[in-house]
Amino acid sequence: MSLIGVIKEQQAESRVAATPETVKVIVSLGYEVLVESGAGLKASFPDAAYVAAGAKIGSADAAWGADIVLTVSAPADAEIKKLKKSAVLVGVLSPALKPELLSALAAQGVTALAMDAVPRISRAQSMDVLSSMANIAGYRAVIEAAHEFGRFFTGQVTAAGKVAPAKVLVAGAGVAGLAAIGSASSLGAIVRATDPRPEVADQVKSIGGEYLLVEVEEKMESSDGYAKETGKAYDQRAAEIYSEQAADVDIIITTALIPGRPAPKLITAEDVALMKPGSVIVDMAAAQGGNVAGSVAGQKVVTANGVTILGYTDLPSRLPAQSSQLYGTNLVNLLKLLTPAKDGKAVIDFEDVVQRSVTVVQDGAITWPPPPVQVSAAPVAKAEPVAMPEKKTMSLRTRAALIAAGMAALFAVVSLAPAPLPQHFLVLMLSVVIGFYVIGKVHHALHTPLMSVTNAISGIVVVAAILQINDTNLLVQILAAVGILLASINVFGGFAVTSRMLKMFTRGDK
Amino acid sequence: MTAQALANAAYVVAALLFVMSLAGLSKHETGRTGIRYGIAGMAIAIAVTVWLSLSGSWTESTLLGVGLLVAALIVGAVIGLWRAKVVAMTGMPELIALFHSFVGLAAVLVGWNGALHAKELSAELAGVHSAEVFIGVFIGAVTFTGSIVAYLKLSAKMSSKPLILPGRNILNLLALLGFVVLTVAYVITPVLGLLIAVTILALALGWHLVASIGGGDMPVVVSMLNSYSGWAAAATGFLLGNDLLIVTGALVGSSGAYLSYIMCRAMNRSFISVIFGGYGIEAPSESDEEVGEHTETDAASVAELLSNAKTVVITPGYGMAVAQAQYPVAELAKKLREKGVEVRFGIHPVAGRLPGHMNVLLAEAKVPYDIVLEMDEINEDLASTNVVLVIGANDTVNPAATENPSSPIAGMPVLKVWEAENVIVFKRSMASGYAGVANPLFYKPNAKMLFGDAKEKVNDILKAL
Repeated sequence: MSLIGVIKEQQAESRVAATPETVKVIVSLGYEVLVESGAGLKASFPDAAYVAAGAKIGSADAAWGADIVLTVSAPADAEIKKLKKSAVLVGVLSPALKPELLSALAAQGVTALAMDAVPRISRAQSMDVLSSMANIAGYRAVIEAAHEFGRFFTGQVTAAGKVAPAKVLVAGAGVAGLAAIGSASSLGAIVRATDPRPEVADQVKSIGGEYLLVEVEEKMESSDGYAKETGKAYDQRAAEIYSEQAADVDIIITTALIPGRPAPKLITAEDVALMKPGSVIVDMAAAQGGNVAGSVAGQKVVTANGVTILGYTDLPSRLPAQSSQLYGTNLVNLLKLLTPAKDGKAVIDFEDVVQRSVTVVQDGAITWPPPPVQVSAAPVAKAEPVAMPEKKTMSLRTRAALIAAGMAALFAVVSLAPAPLPQHFLVLMLSVVIGFYVIGKVHHALHTPLMSVTNAISGIVVVAAILQINDTNLLVQILAAVGILLASINVFGGFAVTSRMLKMFTRGDK
Repeated sequence: MTAQALANAAYVVAALLFVMSLAGLSKHETGRTGIRYGIAGMAIAIAVTVWLSLSGSWTESTLLGVGLLVAALIVGAVIGLWRAKVVAMTGMPELIALFHSFVGLAAVLVGWNGALHAKELSAELAGVHSAEVFIGVFIGAVTFTGSIVAYLKLSAKMSSKPLILPGRNILNLLALLGFVVLTVAYVITPVLGLLIAVTILALALGWHLVASIGGGDMPVVVSMLNSYSGWAAAATGFLLGNDLLIVTGALVGSSGAYLSYIMCRAMNRSFISVIFGGYGIEAPSESDEEVGEHTETDAASVAELLSNAKTVVITPGYGMAVAQAQYPVAELAKKLREKGVEVRFGIHPVAGRLPGHMNVLLAEAKVPYDIVLEMDEINEDLASTNVVLVIGANDTVNPAATENPSSPIAGMPVLKVWEAENVIVFKRSMASGYAGVANPLFYKPNAKMLFGDAKEKVNDILKAL
């Protein structure tokens, strides 16, 4: 049975890698849990709550010396030294940006699992910290902006005059962007969003935003679920859009990140200068260099023209209780994957694409980067255009030809038919047309009653049978009688069952 | 004024009443009035016809005829009323299919009588008469056996798997060709042997047509048979020169055809492919690349989820009918509504085995019809719904239809339940639906499976609430 250590994070970090709730689950997987004293304080989880959940409380050294160490942020060099050889470290390690961290961990001879390296496949979504944290960050970005913004978000008409709603631009409609769009629009703002992937337009719309399409020839096809760098023509048009928007909107929230690269510059100093005094920009990519000219990681900056630029990098950490819970659950889901036998022993299976991807250092050897994982269905969709639509819509010409042929056939039959037939055809034709129009109006919920009533009505053959019953031929009479019997079952049964059904349909608000 | 003239006038009134009857069904509010029009029309039609057939000179055979007529009407009425009274609402598809077969058989009998009854006709009209007999018998017989097979399949007395004979399309085509040839032969020399031959041919064709269609396509088949039974009635109208029969038959025929059209559109398939193509014949496409893990849940946590939800949508399918779960489901909806949860039902056009089947079941359980919405009405709202309960539905909520262009059900409009926050799928096992297509919904991260009998599970949730 392995010991899991939950450490107290560094000063700037308010989150904790395990909450009393997740500790319970970890214990049920067969592990022992040791929580560093005071680890959950900032997230409002006192030590007593951990004890109640089945954990022990211990010193920092004891927690770092556990078999498996759970952290939120990457450890400092001094902390790495406290890890024991063959220990497993789990946390947000940013392997692509911090090669020196990986070598330090490798030198210590440990195994390191980077939670931010979870591949974007459906199965791994429950472990995807980037998504779970981005969601929180997007919400918090709006709240921070609202805090700095000296106005309402929503428009109001009051006795003291009219207040126009705030206009918010969200750059990048990933998880964080969508969360920001949703939060801002639920506060009542007018929200617009940009994203190089046109397929997100529907998602933006669905949560209340307006998607600004950058219209250029090239298209982005995302095969790994993340955005990629864009082309030249695109960037030029996008820059124009940002300038137009900067002059118009009150709040800009930028979320554009490309994994493993510095963040793209979207809002230039000129754009910032165009903004009204009192406007707010939240640069959620400030830690990776920022999307906005003049943003400083972790700082609030006010420009000469009175625009506030927030470069906070700890947005999830500002909602510590919830972000700890979600992060903790992500960790638990990873532990579940690593402990299929629930015996308190973690096994890393390199055949499994999720486990392979998160493992960035194994027993002192760097295993980053993992082989690429193809996840999105987008390329398949492109390769196989749907063949259906052509079949469905007949061209106007063939349709006209078919109608003409039908008319001609009808004409030929009727003109050749002897005396009583043409009238019958007329009656038939008119009835069919009436039938189609009447039935077309029937409410969808009444289709079953419709069927049973038409069923009863088709029992009208009883009339035919009745007309034959007086025949001089006994056989004809008997057959007619059987016909009457069958058809009258239909007539009576059909009407009875229909009335029974219709009686059941009742309205709610009586 | 002759009896015939009076009868014709009454027939016009009856035909009008039938049209008004169908028009009444366009709304819930006028549905019951519509039924009354229909009954009135039928009463007039039968009364006038009886009177007409008795108004001639009385002979010995008239007396026998009256006896037979009265006896047959009474027996038929008793059987019909009794069946209508005892049928369970889940058994509606079977009953309707069975009723169709009666019309078909009656039309066959009327056709035979037309042939046996020797009328003095000019040579030209005699030919027409023969052709009419054949057409009436043919349509009637196809309707008869087709409906019988549909009945057997729907009541699970016969495997609902499509029967696949080698070259079945050619067989159907040959049968049609044979019918044309026999008709021509009969017009030239009307002999009884040909009539027997065409009857057998049509019976076999009807059997084969429906036997080769899978259970999932039954809504189309039933409405198609509805249409046929109408055309059969119209054909007897031609045979007897009776306009009321033609009008009524055409109304029913076009009604059934229109319903079939709606059903086909709901499955994004052409009518021809439903009638001639066995669907779900293709073996379930080899397990799709991304078959992930499904998450299970239990009644207690579903109950908790539901009581915390603001909006709940329930999408029932044939499984709800099988499990007879409509009453507990209605109870659940009622309870949640009392708690202030907005509960609505989303009905896919082809859910169940009959057009509108789910609506009838929910109505039976006293679910108010104004919260029962059609797919197009509710699809937009699903993304903002907290919890969707999928009860016994599978293909109609399959995301593969929109996401996977190579799926056999690609392009079929479906209920986009996976866009909701949480989806709970009530299911007996992980087996695929009628179309035999794997359902990626089950592996979506926001979907949870609740295995077991739908009725028991809903009851468990009710208890937990």
